[in-house]
Amino acid sequence: MSRIKVQNLTIKRDGISILDNVSLSIEDGEIVTVVGPNGSGKSTLMKALIGAIEPQKGEITAKPGTIIGYVPQSLNIDPTMPMGVSRFLSLPRARPKDAIEATLARVGLSGVNTRQVSDLSGGQLQRVLLARALLRDPQLLILDEPTSGLDQPGIADFYALIASVREELGCAIVIVSHDLHVVMSASDRVICLNGHVCCHGTPEIVSAAPEYRALFGLGTHGALAIYRHEHDHHHDHDHSHDHPHEH
Amino acid sequence: MLDDFLARAALAVVGIALAAGPLGCFVVWRRMAYFGDATAHAAVLGVALALALEISIFAGVLVVALATATIVASLSGKTYASDTLLGVIAHASLALGLVAISFLPDVRLDLMSYLFGDILTVSKTDLIIIFLGAAAVLALLWWRWAYLLISTTNSDLAYASGVNPKREQLVLNLAIAIVIAVSIQVVGALLISAFLIIPAATARNLARGPETMALMATVIAAGSGLGGLWASFQIDTQTGPTIVTTSAALFVAVTALSALRRAR
Repeated sequence: MSRIKVQNLTIKRDGISILDNVSLSIEDGEIVTVVGPNGSGKSTLMKALIGAIEPQKGEITAKPGTIIGYVPQSLNIDPTMPMGVSRFLSLPRARPKDAIEATLARVGLSGVNTRQVSDLSGGQLQRVLLARALLRDPQLLILDEPTSGLDQPGIADFYALIASVREELGCAIVIVSHDLHVVMSASDRVICLNGHVCCHGTPEIVSAAPEYRALFGLGTHGALAIYRHEHDHHHDHDHSHDHPHEH
Repeated sequence: MLDDFLARAALAVVGIALAAGPLGCFVVWRRMAYFGDATAHAAVLGVALALALEISIFAGVLVVALATATIVASLSGKTYASDTLLGVIAHASLALGLVAISFLPDVRLDLMSYLFGDILTVSKTDLIIIFLGAAAVLALLWWRWAYLLISTTNSDLAYASGVNPKREQLVLNLAIAIVIAVSIQVVGALLISAFLIIPAATARNLARGPETMALMATVIAAGSGLGGLWASFQIDTQTGPTIVTTSAALFVAVTALSALRRAR
């Protein structure tokens, strides 16, 4: 049985379909990345997985007793709200002090427990949010665009951390991203989403799929992506993309 | 020596401060200041309804405040931005309340006492209602505390922890309606939200955790309430406005002092 299974999921908002008949499943121990352009329903899918949105149609079934650790894109702690890191990690359930310290050390943030959450940098906040999810001892870890505020080395570090978490806990991990060349190295499987599942498979299969190329074009995602694609595409110029590329 | 009515007034202020302190923190953290304001304005309609139906003012205000809060919370963000919606509902129900009161021929009502509060009219029954209301609000906040906090930091994080942030919003709406219903006589519809917001804003300067901030807001609310009450008798001014003026003065002093301390 899959860790979590989504069948024929349809979600509409104000009559407009955001997700249309989406089916996918995620197994224990694998890292799955969901990519898609803005407005493709990535975040909506994650919200449905954590139970924040009721689908109009379809079903989401998790293995009984599945604990989900969720890492949101950001927090909206108002500056008027004082909140220490330790206190935040104990919400809504109190956690033992040594568990908090050990988990903070695990994500490479020893000694921040007395700091205010609002004083953390983007990268530190992302790690604190990950620590909060890990304290729940999750079987399924969901991360919504975790690297959007990080620079290149920060992104690489964060993904290395995610990979080691998978090694250690054996949990299933779902990462939402629009950042493609990072996706490539970090995940077992990529699901390309644009209201529906365009294509899915290993990173290599997805990056070569015509549906994927139609969505993202080639070479818009930094030098690494250009380099990759130049090796495996055939210089026929009738694929659709809306930018000049450098041959 | 305190006169009897003065003792009642002091107890009323302390009772309201007990509920308004911690609740005011959530109003500030969740940027619900205007929400509290609008609900309080709508309460005047509750006063009119209570007089027309000859039910208790407390019940009339509670029902109207709760209805307003629920309508605003469920409609906001759909067609109109919630502050537009709040503006429509707040002022429409305030105006409607005032119009409705003038249709009640037998009622000689001192409207000012509901807009600005009249602490001298607080009776023993009112005191009981105030303390029961404050106890209810404190019990609600105590029971939901951690869930309210996590919902305030991020609603998706709340969902993922098995907490429904919409339910927590309803808890806050109910608490705000209760505070407005019990305090409309003491501080008045126009100044209730000041009593919620200013002590919490003052406490922000002094606290490094949500619990300490709530505790300090309560102490500051009670302190400025009693100080304002005392001042209003010394210099013979209206009590509600004097209480709010006192807490505003305290806010300015504390904010200035902590800015100075940070700068050093």
